[in-house]
Amino acid sequence: MSEFLKNTDLTLNRAEKIVSDTLNNCDDGELYIEETNTESIILDDNKIKNSNYSTDSGYGFRAVTGDVVAYSHSNEISEQSLINSSKNLASTHIKSSGMYDFEIKKTNQKFYNDIDPIETKSLASKIELLKSMNEYARSRDSSVKQVTANFLGEKKNIEILRNGGELLKDNRPLVRINVSIMVEKNGKKETGIYGVGGRQSYDDFLKDENWKKICDEAYRIANTNLESKPSPAGEMKVVLGPGWPAILIHEAVGHGLEGDFNRKKTSVFHNLVGQKVASDGVTIIDDGTIDKRRGSLNIDDEGTPTEKTILIENGILKNFMQDRLNARLMKTKSTGNGRRESYKHVIMPRMRNTIMLNGKNTQEEMIKSVDHGIFAVSFGGGQVDITSGKFVFNCTEAYEIKNGKIGSPLKGATLIGDGPSSLKEILMVGNDMMLDPGIGTCGKAGQGVPVGVGQPSLLIDKMTVGGTQL
Amino acid sequence: MIKDENYLKNIANFCIEKSIKNGSEAASVTVYNSVSENINIRNKKLDGSERSENLAVTLTTYIGKKKSSISSSNLNEKNLNNLVKRCVETTNNTPDDQLNSLPDKDLHFYGDKNLDLYDETHLENIEKIDFIKEAEEEAFSNKKIVNTNGSGFSQNKSNFVLANTNGFIDGYKTSQFTAYCEVVSKDNGSMERDYEYSSKRFFNELLSPKELGKKASEFAVRKLNPQKIKSEKIDIIFDKRIAKNFLSSFANAITAGTIAKGTTFLKDKLNNQIFNQEINIIDKANIKRANGSRYFDSEGVKVKELELVKNGIFSDYLIDTYNGKKINKKSNGRSSGTTNLYFKNGSISFKDLIKSNKKILYVTETIGRGANLITGDYSVGASGIIIENEEFAYPVSEITIAGNFNEIFKNIRLANDLEFNFSTNSPTMLVEGMVVGGK
Repeated sequence: MSEFLKNTDLTLNRAEKIVSDTLNNCDDGELYIEETNTESIILDDNKIKNSNYSTDSGYGFRAVTGDVVAYSHSNEISEQSLINSSKNLASTHIKSSGMYDFEIKKTNQKFYNDIDPIETKSLASKIELLKSMNEYARSRDSSVKQVTANFLGEKKNIEILRNGGELLKDNRPLVRINVSIMVEKNGKKETGIYGVGGRQSYDDFLKDENWKKICDEAYRIANTNLESKPSPAGEMKVVLGPGWPAILIHEAVGHGLEGDFNRKKTSVFHNLVGQKVASDGVTIIDDGTIDKRRGSLNIDDEGTPTEKTILIENGILKNFMQDRLNARLMKTKSTGNGRRESYKHVIMPRMRNTIMLNGKNTQEEMIKSVDHGIFAVSFGGGQVDITSGKFVFNCTEAYEIKNGKIGSPLKGATLIGDGPSSLKEILMVGNDMMLDPGIGTCGKAGQGVPVGVGQPSLLIDKMTVGGTQL
Repeated sequence: MIKDENYLKNIANFCIEKSIKNGSEAASVTVYNSVSENINIRNKKLDGSERSENLAVTLTTYIGKKKSSISSSNLNEKNLNNLVKRCVETTNNTPDDQLNSLPDKDLHFYGDKNLDLYDETHLENIEKIDFIKEAEEEAFSNKKIVNTNGSGFSQNKSNFVLANTNGFIDGYKTSQFTAYCEVVSKDNGSMERDYEYSSKRFFNELLSPKELGKKASEFAVRKLNPQKIKSEKIDIIFDKRIAKNFLSSFANAITAGTIAKGTTFLKDKLNNQIFNQEINIIDKANIKRANGSRYFDSEGVKVKELELVKNGIFSDYLIDTYNGKKINKKSNGRSSGTTNLYFKNGSISFKDLIKSNKKILYVTETIGRGANLITGDYSVGASGIIIENEEFAYPVSEITIAGNFNEIFKNIRLANDLEFNFSTNSPTMLVEGMVVGGK
C-alpha cells in the first residue's frame, strides 16, 4: 500500500493503470514519489540566526525509449497532474524495442533505521546544544572571533511504482552537524571547518559531549592555518592523509567510471576495461552497503538493491557504475548506482561510498621518502573535467615536507592533476584506511547527492601545487 | 501555463491571515511558481526531454523579536494550515534576536514595472530540438569535433508574489531562454571539451544556433594538444567568461553579513583605494530585459543603483535589512544579492591589451573553488592559451594560478569590450604578474 497517495484523489490502482498505459510503449521507466522533510538550524555570530523547516513532496514520471529519456515532474500529486505528465512523456516517444525485462531483485537489506532525526530531538534541545557549542568554542581562547554551528536534518521517504504494479519503498534519515571557527591573531584571520554526519540520529554523534570534539577539530585547523606560510608552486611529491582526502579518488577516477560518460565515450576510461589503469596494489570500490554511512542506500532511486561494486582491482579496471538505462545500453546490469537529488531530477549513475582499500605501507614511510613535497591532510572541495581527465582540489590543511620531515603548515593551495596519470603515479598505499566524517555532497549536472569517501594514506609521485612561491 | 498573479496572491493572503490568527505578530510570505521545459540532445539526436512544474510557498513569522521560517511545495489547504501552525510554534520556541524585523515601510518598492522581463514566446519541444540540433550540426561541421557532451535548450517561465504584514504585496513574471552546446574535440590522442552558452530573457536575443555551435567547436579545438608550462610569474589575460568570476568573489566579500561578522578580507576597507583608479564597479537593477534586472529584493525593498567601486575606491556594501542593522546602515535592496553587476569598460581595446607584453597567458577556463574570502587568497586550476608577440601560440593545461585579491585587484586592467550577456559581466581583464604553477 502506498503511503503517499492517502491524501490525494489518486488510488494505487489508478496510478498503476496510468503507469502501465504510459510505459507499455517504452523500454523502461517508473513513477517515483517522494516526501522530504528538512530542518536547518543555524547559530551564527552568537545568535540563533534562523530555524527553517521545509516539506517537499512530488512525483517524477520517467519514460525511457532507446537512449531517450522523457521526464515530467510535479509537486501536485493528483490524477489529473499524472495524466498531464503521461501526455507530455508521449510527446517525445520514438519506437520502442520492447520493455527492458531486467527484473529488480527483491531485498530486505537495511543499512539504516527508519527514524526521523528531526522529530527524535526537540527543537529546544537542539538550540541549547548549538549555544553550548558556541560558548565552548569561544571559551577555547580569545583568538576565536566567530563561530558558526549548524544542524541539518532530513527524512526522505520514497516509493517507486514500476510497470506491472511492483511497489518499492525506502525511508532515509540523514543528519549533518557543522562547526566553522574563525580565529584572528596579529591581524591575520583564518578559519577551520569540521563536520560529521550520517544516516542516523543526532544523538549518535552528540552524546557524551562528543560535540566538543567537533569544535576542537575546527579550532585546531583554524589555529594551524594561522601559522601557515605561502605554499610553493610547481610539480612535487604529495602525501595524502587517510579519510576525507579520498575526494581525490572521487574526482580523479570516480566520475570517470560512471556509466553515462562511458556509454557516451566522453570519459577517458571508456575503452579501458580489463586494462591496467592504476599502480599495483590499488583497489577501489564503490559501496552502498556500509551501515549508517552518508552514501549508503538500501535501494537506489530506481529500486535496485545497492551493492559493493569493485571498480579497480589491483590496478586493473573492472567495472563502471551503472543505472538501468546505461546498463541496458552497455549490455550489462545495474550496479545500484542510479540516483537523483529529488523527484525534480532525472536519474544518473552516481557514486555512493567510494573507497580505496588498504595497502601495506605506513604513513611514516611515505613522509620519510620525500625530500621536497607536501602533506595534504584535508580539502575543501574538488572538481573534475571528465573529458580531459584534469581535476583540482583545494587544501584546507596542508604541510610542507622537507628532507623526510613534516614542516610548517601551508596556506590554502590548489592541487591539480590528471586522473589517469595520477592513478599510475601512486607510489605507496597505506595500511590506515579511514572513512570520511560524513560530510560529502557530490555535484553533477546541477544535482547534489550525499556521498561518502575513504582511503588510506597515499604517496603520489608528482602533482602540480598551485602556490604563490616560485 | 504558469499561475496568474491572483492565484498566487490568494495563497499569500491566506498564509498571512492564518499566521496572525495563530498568534504571529508579523509575517512575510513568498509564493513562487515556475514551469520549465528542457530538451537535451547528443550527437544531433534527442537524448531527453524534461518538464518541471514547481509551486512553493515560503513563510516567515515573527513574534516579538523571535523569527522562524517554513517552506513547502504542498499547497493543499489542510497542509498549509498545519505548516502555518508549526511555523508559529517554532517561532515561539526560537530565542530573541533584537535585529529581527520586516524592512522599513518607506523602503518598499512602489511604482511602474516597465523593465520588460517576460517574453510570451512559447517554443514547442520540436522547435527547441530544431534550434539546438542546428547548433550541433554547425559544431560537427568542424572535422576535429568527434563527440558531444550534450547540448540543450530550456525555456523557463516563472511568476511570484511577495507579501508582508506591513502592507506590501507585489510580484511579477519573468522568462529565461537558455541554449548551450558542449562538444568534444580529438586530435592525436588528445581529447578536450568546451562549450558556448547563451541565456536571455527574450528568445530573439539568444545567440543564433549557428554562432553557438561555431564558437563551441572553435573553443574545443583550440584546446587540443595542450602543453604544460614551467612555474613562473606571468601576466594573465582572463577571458570575459572567467573575468566575471572576480566580480562575484568581490560581491560575496562585501555583503553586510560578511562585513559585520568580519569574515572578509575587505572588512574596514570602505573608502579605501582597493583597485587602480581606472576601475569602476556598478550594480544596476533597472536595465531593460537584462538577466539580473529586478524591481525589488526578496524583502520587497527597492533596488537602487550602486556604485560599489568608484575610481578604484571601495564605496558601498550590499545591504539587507537584518545585516544592515549590524553595521548601522539601511537596506539598499540586496537581500537577494547583486542584480546586473559589471565593471565599466576600460580604456584600451582587446588588441592593445594583448600587445602589453611579449608573453601572456590567456586563461579560458578555471576549475575549482579557489577563492578564500576571509584571507583573499586565490588559487585555482586553469587552462588557456599562451600569447606570444600578439599571436595565439599554443594551448596550455594542468596549471594553477594563485595570488591574493588585495594584490590582484590593484593590478587589474580592463579592455573596452563589455557586453551584457549574463547578470554579472566583465570586459576582458589583464592582471599583471601572477604566479603560475606548472612543471
